[in-house]
This record gives sequence, C-alpha cells and structure tokens, in this order.
Amino acid sequence: MKSETSVQQQSKHEQLGLTHHQVIDMYRYMRMARLYDERSLILQRAGKINFHVSGIGQETAQVAAAFALDREKDFFLPYYRDYGFVLAAGMTLKDLMLSVFAKAEDPNSGGRQMPGHFGSKRLRIVTGSSPVTTQVPHAVGFALAAKMQKKDFVSFVTFGEGSSNQGDFHEGCNFAGVHKLPVILMCENNQYAISVPVHKQLGGKVADRALGYGFPGIQVDGNDALEVYRVVKEARERAIRGEGPTLIEAMMYRLSPHSTSDNDMAYRTKEEVEENRKKDGVLKFKNYLIEHGIWTEEQEAELVAELTKEMKEATEYGDNAPFPKPEDTLLHVYAGDGEVKA
Amino acid sequence: MPVMEYIDAIRLAMKEEMERDETVFVLGEDVGTKGGVFTTTKGLMEQFGEMRAMDTPLSESAIAGVAIGAAMYGMKPIAEMQYSDFMFPATNQIISEAAKIRYRSNNDWTCPVVIRAPIGGGIFGGLYHSQCPESVFFGTPGLKIIAPYSAYDAKGLLKAAVRDPDPVIFFENKKCYKLITEDVPLDDYIVPIGVANVLREGTDITVISYSLPLHFAMQAAEELAKENISAHILDLRTIQPLDRDAILEAAKKTGKVLIIHEDNKTGGVGAEVSAIIAEEMLFDLDAPIMRLCGPDVPAMPISPPMERFFMLNKDKVKEAMRNLALY
Repeated sequence: MKSETSVQQQSKHEQLGLTHHQVIDMYRYMRMARLYDERSLILQRAGKINFHVSGIGQETAQVAAAFALDREKDFFLPYYRDYGFVLAAGMTLKDLMLSVFAKAEDPNSGGRQMPGHFGSKRLRIVTGSSPVTTQVPHAVGFALAAKMQKKDFVSFVTFGEGSSNQGDFHEGCNFAGVHKLPVILMCENNQYAISVPVHKQLGGKVADRALGYGFPGIQVDGNDALEVYRVVKEARERAIRGEGPTLIEAMMYRLSPHSTSDNDMAYRTKEEVEENRKKDGVLKFKNYLIEHGIWTEEQEAELVAELTKEMKEATEYGDNAPFPKPEDTLLHVYAGDGEVKA
Repeated sequence: MPVMEYIDAIRLAMKEEMERDETVFVLGEDVGTKGGVFTTTKGLMEQFGEMRAMDTPLSESAIAGVAIGAAMYGMKPIAEMQYSDFMFPATNQIISEAAKIRYRSNNDWTCPVVIRAPIGGGIFGGLYHSQCPESVFFGTPGLKIIAPYSAYDAKGLLKAAVRDPDPVIFFENKKCYKLITEDVPLDDYIVPIGVANVLREGTDITVISYSLPLHFAMQAAEELAKENISAHILDLRTIQPLDRDAILEAAKKTGKVLIIHEDNKTGGVGAEVSAIIAEEMLFDLDAPIMRLCGPDVPAMPISPPMERFFMLNKDKVKEAMRNLALY
C-alpha cells in the first residue's frame, strides 16, 4: 500500500513515463491540428480552396496515439481525419497547406489527391485512398513484412466506426489474428458515418469484435489523451513481444460536419454538438496541464500566437506555390514515366 | 533442355525467383501444405517454409490487400487467386489500390505485387470456375496484365512480373496447364512484359490472340496451309500495355485481321486491338476486322453440350480463319 501511495504522488503522465516537456509537446500538436482544421474550413468558405474534410474533436486520440508509437521506425496508415496524427508523425503545416491548395510541392500526392489523403515514404506514412478501410489489409501486410524480415517495427492503422463494417476490416483483422502480427488497429469512433448515427451502424461494440479474431479489443475514452497513450503503448509492447494485434476503439465525437460539402444540421441538433463540445479532449488536456502547474494561460496565448503565425506563413506558402504542370497528369502511371528517354 | 508442362513452367518460375530473392513469397488459399488445388505451388512450402508458401484464410480481399501492403514495404509477394472467378472480392484492392499507388503518391510509394489467377473454361467448371475476367481489369491504367500461351513464355513472363516495379496480373490458363508441353530452359531467362511474339509467319490472314485460343489457331493454321491459306499468327502475351507496334505490323502483313479470345466479345481486349488497327491503318485493310470470342452470356454453363457451344476449338477457329481468307 505504501508504494501505491508514493506512486499517486506522481502525476498520471509521469506514471506513464511522459515528461512535462512531452505532454506539452502533445498538447502543442493538438492545438496545431485544431487550428489547421479551423483555418481550412475558413479557406474553403472563402473560396480559396475547393474542399476540406475535418477531424475536429478527434485530435486528442490521434496525437496521443502517435506519441505512444515509435516515430522513428513504425509504419502509419492513417485515415482522412488524422491531421493531429500526421502532424505528430512529422508532417508540417506547410505540407498540409500544399495539399489543401493542391500544389505541385505537396509531399502527399503532388496535388493529385483530395486533402486528408496522406502519404510520405520519408515519414513512413503509407499512401491512402478514399474507398474506406482498404488500408487495414495494407497495415497487416506491413506487419507481415516485419514478422518475415524479423524487424522490430509495428504498423498502426486508423479508421472510423462506419469503416469498421467493411469486409476489409474483418478480412484484415482475421489475417492478422491468424499470424499474430504486430499491427495496432485504432477505430476512431466519432459517432457518425457522414449522417448515419452509430446506433444505425453498429449492433454491438467495435472493440468486442476482436474476441472473434483472437486478440484483445479495448474501448477507451478518446478524449482522454493519457488513457489513449497508455493503451496504444501497451498494444505496441504486446506487438513487439510477438503477442499479436490489438484493436482499440477510441470513443469520441465528430464536432464538425463530415466535410465542407455537408450540412450536419440536417441530421443532428446544435444542442447535441454543444453538449459534446464540453467534453472536447483538447480542452480537457489543457486543463490537465494547468491543474498540474505545467501550463498557464500566458503560455497558451503565446502558443496560439506562434501557431497562428506559422499557419499564416504556411497558408501564404501554399497559396503562392505553383500548381503542377497540366501535362504532369500523365506522369507516374508506371515506373520510368516522365524520365528523359535517351 | 527439359520438356515440361505449362504448369511446371509456372512453378519453376516461382521456385527460381524465391531462390534468387528472399523477399519473394507466395500466398493464397491451399498454396502451402496442399501445393495448390492445381499443384501449381507444389513443393514450395517444403523448400521455403510455411511463411513463404503461405496458406491464407479464405478471403481474397485480404490476400490481395496484405500482399499490397507487404509490397509497399518492399517485399515481392505473389498472391494467388485460386480461380479468377473468385477474384472479384479483391477487385477494389487491385483497381482502387494497387493500380493507383504510384500515381496517387506522385511516385513516392510503389506496389510491386504479382497477382496470379487461373482463367478459362473447358474443364466442366461451370459458371464460377471457367471465367475469363480480363476485361474487368483491362483498361485500368497502372496495372500490367499478362496472359501467356506457351510454357516458355509462362516461365519467362512470370519471372519478369516478379521483378517488375509495378503491379502485374498474371492470367494463367488452366486448360493450358497440362495441354501445353514444350521445351523450357532451366536457366534464368526473362520474357519482357509488353512485347508480343509472332508464332507463325504468313501472308494471307493475320490472327491476333492470347492464351489458350492460340493453341487452336496454330492447329488450324497447319491444316489451312494444306488449302493454300497462309496464316500469320501474333501472340499478344501481354494484354496491358498492348504492343501497338507489333499489332500494326502483324495487321499490315496481310491486311486481313481476325482477333480471337475466350472472354466474351463485348468490351473485350479484341475491341481495343480492333480500334488500334482501325485508327492507324483502316485504309490498308482488305477486309473488315473480324472477332471470334466467347458469347455475350454471363458465364459458361457446365452441361457438356453447352460448354462445348461456349468454348472455342480448332474447328471454330479454322472456319473463322478460312472465312476471312476467302473474303
């Protein structure tokens, strides 16, 4: 009992092995993702960009998960709302702005894909598409490669609860379960598949499905950064020990409409959204930091000013960067396309 | 040079590539312990272990999708679809993912996967063990599609597919497995993807085809020679990308073109070959372009007379060739 008492004197993040500096860094990425998302919505409404798909309300779990992984060696297969995740994995605001403006220098796709379709071999962020959940078998393929090549990385894949109904989710989970592969599957259960609420999508819990595939399934409060960090870290340790996959269902709420083409007031109420806004994990984490005396409103103001400046520069850079050449549409269908022929 | 069956040549190609490069592996249903339902992968598990000749769960989208993921990492997977008829659950992975990975990432990520699938009927396989699904994938840029007729090409093209930096669908003909027997070198040779091959030189008519129907065309050409009809026969070998130069050269040779495939006529590879010829050399032709294909019905029935009706054979091919010669 004594040792327990002494442990309790440590704050939760310290118990998890996170330094003050690290949790402040986590918070910084959450704020960065939120600001990016809000800015992109405004840019679309102002007619500067054509489309934005939002992840507001999901940043907490995304960033916490990224911090629990090895960002030097793991492979990441995020889905289209994972701005917090990819920023924490090394993508910059400038990179994201180049994507949202569909410019040639966009590292995700050279301006080819819609925003939110991430990819960077350098950062081990695996290129993704729009048909949902196709990335789950890919993540299993990376994990299979890790096992075959005896490498100590894991693959980490995210998707929504709507996506968890696709065959590729089940086929990928089963394959990973059979071979006990080092893959972490994190469902970002944001309560809506565009307009369809979770009770019309799921008859049970996503996490419970893991039982049928022979590995643990854990439901976690996605607005609780440190809890998400803990379960992803444990999942990674299991994976590295050769004990196989883990399915994590992070519970959260999509605070913004599905995309800039969606009017969410057609299927949910302002009251419901406001009720969930009070549970916002970013705010909750900020309060946690303040309560533990490692963050102040002054620091908050400085951070927001710094990020706003960075955002402004990134936006200007993205806006002013050149578009791809029209004829570059023809490049990179196969290897060697576009190379100067001798 | 040993004489071997088409199926042995395919197996040998996989064995040689797996010996050459430890990142090459085969995955699919029944490919391990059983060695494949046709014995295509027989012996591979014994030689390379159960991870590199991997029995997978019955789930084609995972077989393709996991292979795609492993390929993006840098492995060289050969994913087997037990029958091409069962390939459709994997179509999203093949068309939305494999075909577009290089393009959508602006050349950052690549997907060097091989997907093998047996095509064709004539084995009493009924609707769902007889199909030729080439036209479903044909016309999807980003994919390469191979459909060999000879055992020599089957080995050389499969080895080229494994080494190719882009996704390749390898449509092997299950009727050819035991029917086509010929000399196949044991050495490490490659047949280049995208290059057609003249099987027979001739002066009266040009036959353009791929896979099993070439067997009938070669037999028919032999017999028609006795009627003083000289047939020029081109094996496409690769159906995507098509070898345009070889198609036009073969068509120019005689000015009379017959295109043959077992896949049904509407929207098939033959339509594209025909369009290429029509676009480039319509006024050099001495007869309308003709096609002999499977009928436009959903798939091949199992009842023997119905299967015979659907399938091409030497006599049907010979008649079409003679009609064109006499035009």
